Amino acid sequence: MTDSMTIDAIESAGAASVPPPVALAGVSKRFGATQALLDVSLALLPGEIHALVGENGAGKSTVVKVLAGIHQPDSGAVVLDGKTVTLHGPAHARSLGIAVVHQEPRLFPDLTVAENVFIGHVPSGRLGSVNWREMRRSADRIFESLSVHIDSSAVVRGLSMADQQLIEIAKALSIDARVLVLDEPTASLSAHEVVRLFEIIRQTRDRGVAVLFVSHRLEEVFELCGRATVLRDGRHVITAPTSELTAADLVRHMVGRSVSLFPRTTAHIGDVLLEVRGLTRVGAFRDISFSVRAGEIVGLAGLVGAGRTEVARVLFGLDRADAGEVLLDGKRVTFKTPSGALEAGIAYVPEDRHLDGLVGGFSIAQNVTLPIIPRLFPRFFIRGGRERAITEDFVERLRIRSTGVNELIEALSGGNQQKVVIAKWLATNPRVLILDEPTRGVDIGAKVEVHRIISELAASGLGIVLISSELPEVLAMSDRIIVLHEGRMSAEIPRAEASEERVMFAATGQMAEETSSGA
Amino acid sequence: MTQDLRTGSPQPDSSPAPIEASTGAAGRSGSVMNRVLGSLSAAARLEVFLIIILAFLVWWGAQLSPFFLTGSNFGFSIQAVMEISIMALAMTPIIITGEIDLSVESMVGLSSCVLGWLWMEGVPLQLGIPIVLLVGLLGGLFNGFVVTRWALPSLVVTLGTLALFRGLAHVVLGSTVVTNFPAEFRDFGFSYVPGTNIPWTLLAFLILAAVCCAVIHLTWIGRQVFAVGKNKDAARYSGVRVGTLKLALFAVSGLVAAFAGVILTSRTSTANPDNGLNMTLAVVTIAVLGGVDINGGKGTIPGVILAVFILATLKSALTQAGISTDYQNVAVGLLLIVSVITPLLARQFRILADRIRLGRWRHRLRRGRPARDPAAGEVVR
Amino acid sequence: MALSVPADVHAANRGGVLIGRLARSRELTLACVTIVMVTFVAIKAPSFLASTNLISVTALTAIIAIAAVGEALVIITKNIDLSVESTMGLVAFVVAIALKQQSLTVPEAWAIGIGLGLVLGMANGAVITIFQVPSIVATLGTLSIYRGLTYWVAAGHEINISDLPAGYTEAASQTFFGVPLFVLLAIAVVIVAGLALRYTVLGRQLYAVGSNAEAAATIGVRSRSTIFLAFALSGMLAGVAGVLWGIEFGQLYASSASGESLAVIAAVVVGGVSIAGGSGTVVGAAIGALFLGLINNALTVLQLPQEWLQVIYGAVILVAIVTDALVQMRAQRAKARSRLR
Repeated sequence: MTDSMTIDAIESAGAASVPPPVALAGVSKRFGATQALLDVSLALLPGEIHALVGENGAGKSTVVKVLAGIHQPDSGAVVLDGKTVTLHGPAHARSLGIAVVHQEPRLFPDLTVAENVFIGHVPSGRLGSVNWREMRRSADRIFESLSVHIDSSAVVRGLSMADQQLIEIAKALSIDARVLVLDEPTASLSAHEVVRLFEIIRQTRDRGVAVLFVSHRLEEVFELCGRATVLRDGRHVITAPTSELTAADLVRHMVGRSVSLFPRTTAHIGDVLLEVRGLTRVGAFRDISFSVRAGEIVGLAGLVGAGRTEVARVLFGLDRADAGEVLLDGKRVTFKTPSGALEAGIAYVPEDRHLDGLVGGFSIAQNVTLPIIPRLFPRFFIRGGRERAITEDFVERLRIRSTGVNELIEALSGGNQQKVVIAKWLATNPRVLILDEPTRGVDIGAKVEVHRIISELAASGLGIVLISSELPEVLAMSDRIIVLHEGRMSAEIPRAEASEERVMFAATGQMAEETSSGA
Repeated sequence: MTQDLRTGSPQPDSSPAPIEASTGAAGRSGSVMNRVLGSLSAAARLEVFLIIILAFLVWWGAQLSPFFLTGSNFGFSIQAVMEISIMALAMTPIIITGEIDLSVESMVGLSSCVLGWLWMEGVPLQLGIPIVLLVGLLGGLFNGFVVTRWALPSLVVTLGTLALFRGLAHVVLGSTVVTNFPAEFRDFGFSYVPGTNIPWTLLAFLILAAVCCAVIHLTWIGRQVFAVGKNKDAARYSGVRVGTLKLALFAVSGLVAAFAGVILTSRTSTANPDNGLNMTLAVVTIAVLGGVDINGGKGTIPGVILAVFILATLKSALTQAGISTDYQNVAVGLLLIVSVITPLLARQFRILADRIRLGRWRHRLRRGRPARDPAAGEVVR
Repeated sequence: MALSVPADVHAANRGGVLIGRLARSRELTLACVTIVMVTFVAIKAPSFLASTNLISVTALTAIIAIAAVGEALVIITKNIDLSVESTMGLVAFVVAIALKQQSLTVPEAWAIGIGLGLVLGMANGAVITIFQVPSIVATLGTLSIYRGLTYWVAAGHEINISDLPAGYTEAASQTFFGVPLFVLLAIAVVIVAGLALRYTVLGRQLYAVGSNAEAAATIGVRSRSTIFLAFALSGMLAGVAGVLWGIEFGQLYASSASGESLAVIAAVVVGGVSIAGGSGTVVGAAIGALFLGLINNALTVLQLPQEWLQVIYGAVILVAIVTDALVQMRAQRAKARSRLR
C-alpha cells in the first residue's frame, strides 16, 4: 500500500500540525477465515466530511465497527489526537466523543423515543435519578434542529424504518461528539429527509467535527464530501479529494475492473399471466395497476419505502389488500397465506434472505425442498434420494458452489446462498416469480450469475417482477419499469424509453404528472 | 469463495494466485467436513451421553439391591412414569416449534373427571373413552386457536387454560371421587402383557413413540416442524402453514393428555379433580432432559425415550437407596440442570480448542506469506 | 416521510398515539376494572367490604404481590422464574423451624428468611448467567431442588401455629391506621421497586436488556450482571413473601406454597408485563395480584358454586391477555395508518 500511513507518519504529522482527532493506523482485522481489514490507515480531519466507499464486503462496516469500539483490531490501532487508544467497547468509544450511526437501527422497541436517544448518558436530576422531563425536552430540541416531527414520548415499536433511522441520528447528535461516523444513513430516508440530513451533517462539520460518511450512493459522496477513501477487499486503495475524482474513477477503484454489463437476452413475450387492478393497502400503497406477461421482466422501481415490497407481500399472500383485485390467467385470486400463492404459481424471493429466505441449520437440500416437500412426498415419508436428486439438478442449473447438497447453508458464501434462495422458489415451478432485491449483498461475480439466471427464467416463459434499488440493474433487466413514489404509481416506462434520469425523477415524484400524461 | 464466483471475466487487479485458491478450497472443505461431522456427532453425542447416564444409573441401582434388576421392578418403575412420558412425546414437537403447552396436567384432570362422570351416568367405557379423547382434542384445539389466532405467547395462554381446565374438572365432578371402575378397565393401567413384565401402558407408549419418531424424523410434517422452530418467517415464506401446523400440534397434545388422563384413571382407578396435578413440569423435564432445546429448533424422539428410561431408573434407584419420593425431586432437578449445562460446557471447550488451533494456523500463515484469504461469504445468522 | 407530513396529520398522529397510550396503560385500565368489580360485588354482597373479609383477602394478595414484583423484574429482562413457590416454601419452613427451636429472635428470623431467599435467587441467577442455561429450564430444575430441600428440612414434620412465638405470628393481624401490616409492606415494596425501575439507570437497564439485549450490549450494559441482579432480587422478594406466608398460615407443611408460582406469574402477566420482555411495571404486577385475589374472593362471597372458581379464574387470565393483544394490534394499526397519507 503506497499511500497508507503508518503510526509514525501520523505521529510525525501530529508533531508538525494539529493531529487528526481520529485516525486508524495500519489496522488489520480477521474473522475466522475472512481477512476483513488488512493494514488500513485513515485519518479524519476536523471540519471535513470524509467519504468511505467500497463494494459490499470491502470492509466499510468493519472500519465503522472498529471506530465504534465493537471490534478491536488484531493489529494496528485507533489513534485519537495523536495518542494510540484501545477502545474497550461501544460505551467507551462514545465517552471519547466518537458518535456512530449504524446502518441498521439498534433501538429498544419498548422504550420511548427520548429514552432511546439518551440511553447510555441519561440526564439525571438530584440523587442521580433519571430526569424524564429534561430528557424529553432535549430530545425535542434535537428533533427540532433536524426539522423532524417525532413524538419523543412515543414508544419506538411500530415506528417506520425512516423514523428509527432519524432516532439513531439524533442519538449520535445527542453526545457532544468530536467524531461522527454515519454508516449508510440515507438507506431508508426519503429524498426530503436526505436533504435535511445533509444540512445537519454540514452544520456539524462547520462546528469542527470530523465526519466519516459511509455510502454506496456516489452522487451523495460528491455532493457532501471533501475527501473520499476507497476500500477494496479489506485494503485501502486510495484517499483523494473528491474534486480530483470522477464517479467513474471511484467505481474503477472500487471494483478494480470495469463493470461487466448484465447479459439480458430478450425473450418471446406471451400472454398476460398476472394482472393487478387498483390494488390498495391502507398504510402502504394505493391504486396500483399493472400486468405481467409470460417471458416478460417487469421492473418495480422506487425509493426504499415507496411500497414495492408491500405490493409483493400482498401478491404473495403475506398481507391482505384493502381494495383492488389480482387476476391470474384472467381469473380473480385472493391468497390468505403464502402456501395459497405458491399453489397458484406465484413465488416470492424475499428481500432479506437471512430472515425470510433460508432456514439456518438446514442443509442446502433441506432448504431447497422446503416449499415443495408436501407435494413431493404425498405419502408423507421423505425419500432422501429423491430430495438430493432434485436439489442437485438446481445446484447444477444455477451453478451453486458447495461440497454437496448436504452441506449446511451457513457454509456457503452470500452469492451462493442467494442462489439457493432462488432455487428454493424455482423448485415450486412458479409461473410468476417476484424477486425482491435479488442481488443485495452478493459480490459482483455472483450478481452477474443471478442476472443470467433471471434472464434465462424469463426466456423459459416465466413472468418476472423484479424489485431492485439499483437503477442500472432495473434498467438493464426490465422490459418495462413501473415506478412507485410514496405508495402510488408515478410512471410506467417501456424499455426503449427508460433512462436512469427518467426513472429517478419518477421515483422522487418530481415528474409524476408529466410521465402519467405522456404515458 | 469470492474468487471462485468471478468466472465472468479475467481480473487484472485482484489476481487470485491459484495456490491460494486451492488452499482456500481445501481449508473450506475441511471445515465443512468438520462441521458436518460435528453436527452429526453433536446429535449423537447427546444420546451417547444419555446412554452413559442410563448405564451408570442401572449399575448403581444394581449395587443397591438385587431386586433392582428384576423384571417386576422394571415394570413397576416404568409404569409409574408412563402418563408423563406419553405427554412428553406430544410436548416435544411443540417445544421444537418454539412453543410450550403448560395445560397438559389440567387436561389429565379434566379428562379423568369427564370419564368418571360419564361412567357414573351409566355411559359405557367403550363410548366414554372416545368422548374423553374428543374433549382432549377440543381443549388442545382451543389452546392452539388462541395462540395462533392472536399470535399470543403460548406460555401465557396455556397458563390460562391450566387454570381453566382444572376448574372445569372441578365443575364436572364437584367433590365426588369416582372409584368403582370395572376390573377390565383397571387392568389396562395396572397390569402387564401376559407372560411378560411389560406393562400395557409401556406398550402403548412404545407404539406412540414409534409413530411420533417416524412423523418427526422421517416425514415432511416433521421437517416443517423443525423449519418453524429454526426460522418461523422463512418457513412461512416457504409455504409452510405455520398456524395450521401449530394448531394441529396443540390439538394432538390435548388429545394425548386426555389419553394420559385415561391411563392415570385406569392405573389409580380413581377419577379425581386433582389428578395430574404438577405433572406439566415433569413432562417438560423429560423433554429437556432428552435434549429438546427449550428455545426451539432442536430435539429428537430417541433422546426423549432415553430420558424416560433415565427418569424411571433414577427414581427406582433412589427408592432402593431408601430416599423417599419427596427428596427424589432434588436429584431430578439436578439431573435436568446438569444435562443442559454439560453440552454447553462441551461446546465451550470445543470453541476454546478451535481457537487454539486457529491461532496456530494463523501464525503459520503469517510466517509463510502475506495473509490473503478467500473472503468467506456472509453467514446465515 | 415524517418531514413531508403537514401539521394536521401530525395532530391526528399525536391524538392516535395518545389514545393508544391510554388504552395501553394496562395499570389504569386494570385498576378501573378492579374498582368496577369491587363496586358491583359490594352491592350484591355487602359482606365483601367487611373489614375481616378484606383483611383476609389482602393478606394473601400482599404476599403474592410482593413475589409478583420480584417476578416482574425477571420477566422484564425477558426471563422467567418458575422457582418462586419453592423459594417461598423453603424460606417459610426454615424460618419456622429456627423459631421453633428457639435459636433465633424474631428480627433474626426475618433476616435469615430474606437472606436465604437472596441466596436461592442468586443460585438461579448464577446457573442462568454463568452457564447460559435458559431461565425456564434452570428454574424448572431449582423448582424441584428447592422443594426437595424443603422436604429434607421438614423430614416428615409439620409446623403448627403453637410452635411459633406469639410475637411472630401476630404480625398477621397487626394494622396501622386500619391498614394491615402486610399491605403496608407490599405497598412499600411496590413503591421502592417502582421508583427504582423508573428513575435509576440500573432500573432502565433492566428494560434495555429485556427489550433488545444486543443493543444493550453496545451501550455498555452488562446483560449477564443485570439478569443476575433481577434473579437475586426476585429470590429476595420471594424470601420476604415466604416469611409472610409462614406468619399468615402458621401451619406449615413441606408442600406449602405449592402451585403459587403460577399464581404469581398470572398476576404479573395480567398486570401487563409482557412475557416477551422489555415492558410493563411493578405497579401493574401488584394490581394484577390484587385483581386476581379480589376475583377469587368475590366468587366466594357471591356464593357462586365453589367449583366454578377456577374456571372463572382461568377465563379471566385468558380474557385479559387476549384483550391486551387486540388493543395492542389496534394501536399499532392506528400508528401505521396515521403515518400514511
